[in-house]
Amino acid sequence: MTTIETNPTALPPVEANRKRRQPRRKTAATVAWIIGIVLLTAVVLYPLLWMISASFKPSAEFGANNSFLPQNPTFDNFFKVMEGVAGIPTWKFFWNSTILGIGAVIGTVISSSMAAYAFARLDFKGRPLFFTMMIGTLLLPFHVLIIPQYMIFRNLGMIDTFFPLLVGKFLATEAFFVFLMVQFIRNLPKELDEAARIDGCGHWRIFWSITIPLIKPALITSSIFAFIWSWNDFLGPLLYLNSPDNYPLPLALRVFNDQTSGSDYGATVAIAVLALLPVMLFFVIFQRFLVDGVATQGLKG
Amino acid sequence: MTTGSAHAPTHTRTTAEPGTRPAGNRRTGGQPRRKGNRENVAGYLFLSPWLLGLFALTLGPMLYSLYLAFTDYNLFTAPEWTGLGNFERMAGDTVFWGSVQITMIYVLVGTPIKLAAALGVAMLLNYKTKGTAFFRSAFYAPSLIGASVSIAIVWRAMFSADGPVDSGLSLFGINLGGWVGVPALIMPMMILLAVWQFGAPMVIFLAGLKQIPTELYEAASVDGAKAWRKFLSVTLPMLSPVIFFNLLLEMIGAFQIFASAYIIGSGTGGPAGATNFYTVYLYTRAFTNNQMGYASAMAWVLLIAVGILAFILFRTSKSWVHYGGDTK
Repeated sequence: MTTIETNPTALPPVEANRKRRQPRRKTAATVAWIIGIVLLTAVVLYPLLWMISASFKPSAEFGANNSFLPQNPTFDNFFKVMEGVAGIPTWKFFWNSTILGIGAVIGTVISSSMAAYAFARLDFKGRPLFFTMMIGTLLLPFHVLIIPQYMIFRNLGMIDTFFPLLVGKFLATEAFFVFLMVQFIRNLPKELDEAARIDGCGHWRIFWSITIPLIKPALITSSIFAFIWSWNDFLGPLLYLNSPDNYPLPLALRVFNDQTSGSDYGATVAIAVLALLPVMLFFVIFQRFLVDGVATQGLKG
Repeated sequence: MTTGSAHAPTHTRTTAEPGTRPAGNRRTGGQPRRKGNRENVAGYLFLSPWLLGLFALTLGPMLYSLYLAFTDYNLFTAPEWTGLGNFERMAGDTVFWGSVQITMIYVLVGTPIKLAAALGVAMLLNYKTKGTAFFRSAFYAPSLIGASVSIAIVWRAMFSADGPVDSGLSLFGINLGGWVGVPALIMPMMILLAVWQFGAPMVIFLAGLKQIPTELYEAASVDGAKAWRKFLSVTLPMLSPVIFFNLLLEMIGAFQIFASAYIIGSGTGGPAGATNFYTVYLYTRAFTNNQMGYASAMAWVLLIAVGILAFILFRTSKSWVHYGGDTK
């Protein structure tokens, strides 16, 4: 975490030097920089802005009105989309996605923090081996596992339930989270643990009363990622959920897209916007945690 | 699970680096055996959910899928051993080779472009020390949602006939009639979707750039180095561990592209197999055609391909990745 700080003290001499020699060139460079970065932002955000604008266009305007803004903005697309697909109202898909997302957050936070505590603080036999394996699973293509996993859950009679989608979250199968928390715990001062130990605390007490409160930022980052990844997951639900009643949003979107594709862009884009709304909201609120979480990922001491 | 306090100090200090610590050190404390056992018990208790996941959901399934790769299995009758049959069929399967080809193009062309964009923008952001937080977040946003079904739908709409991209290009006299229905234009469209998600590697590059000591640039300036020279001789070598990390993770991620290709091709791999990426074909074989044996063989070929790629990267990294010892 401490590794991404800038080094403000080292810069001034050079800048001052440069300023004295070529003040005009410096200003010009700054202006060019601003123009460049604003243009780039416009390009990067264009698909998102287009998508929002398009969701207010009546379907007849697609292909006819090529301007960015709708000529006759309307909420019809959203009303239409809320009716749902396959006889299931759209709020049900939101509900299913929400349940899966909350389950994923709870499972991930509990199981990953426990595993991370073991890797970062406990000295047990086989730790180096298991740690290497944990890192190895970061690189493992998920597709090697889907067929046997499908067979396991099929034999357990768990097809078309949320169980197969959630059980892995409670077993810390996503190494990214374990690794993120290991990094965080290693940076905590060990003296606190030792003090607690002298006071007679066991590992469970230390974990619960010292480690967990101190790694809150990592827990928040993990929770948001866990929620968003679960919210966006398509392959998992595609494998395990058959009845439309159980569909989370990505599957509903797919049905909607296949049914209306080419004929009703307005409605299709509107439901895509609705499905992304919670993710964008989370992002706007917690962007700091997310971006910093990603930044630490690449810097393993 | 409580650990005695009397002999704690000698042990707890040494646990900074799991994986590097020699096991022999464990015997140096006052009562090594008991302390060691307690740490073992606590360690495995805390690790138990992860261990269960490792064996039941990762290692076990891996081994089972290796077995299935040598069988004919349709999910309803028992697997039937066929030896190398699946691999032989694969060798003669033109659809399989088509999917290999487009996946390789996507990985080997798309990933370098994405990383070049990520590095370029990271350097642009690193040019200023203040006021970049907003842009950093804005550029990161697509990485968070880019693989979702929503974005795949939007991408498809944007690149369809008379969509914004098509009509924008027609202003310059380029009339492609939409990209979605044209097999040759699917790949550029998919690569653009990947490049659009340059934000995640960019954030990692940016964190790496901030760690390069400014003295190195000053020294290079004193020696009369120009911007390009500084980039080649300071930035790239100092950043090479981060480049290596991003290259490895992004390539492995690119192999596994699924949702976007599946949605843009409506699950059929069309038009003309242009969205039939490796994982889409694997999924179709397994869950549409019920050829679990063949699909397992495909999964293992993917695993081996990814393994070889990672091996090559690690092997060549010795010559181009620079792990600075003291120059942190």
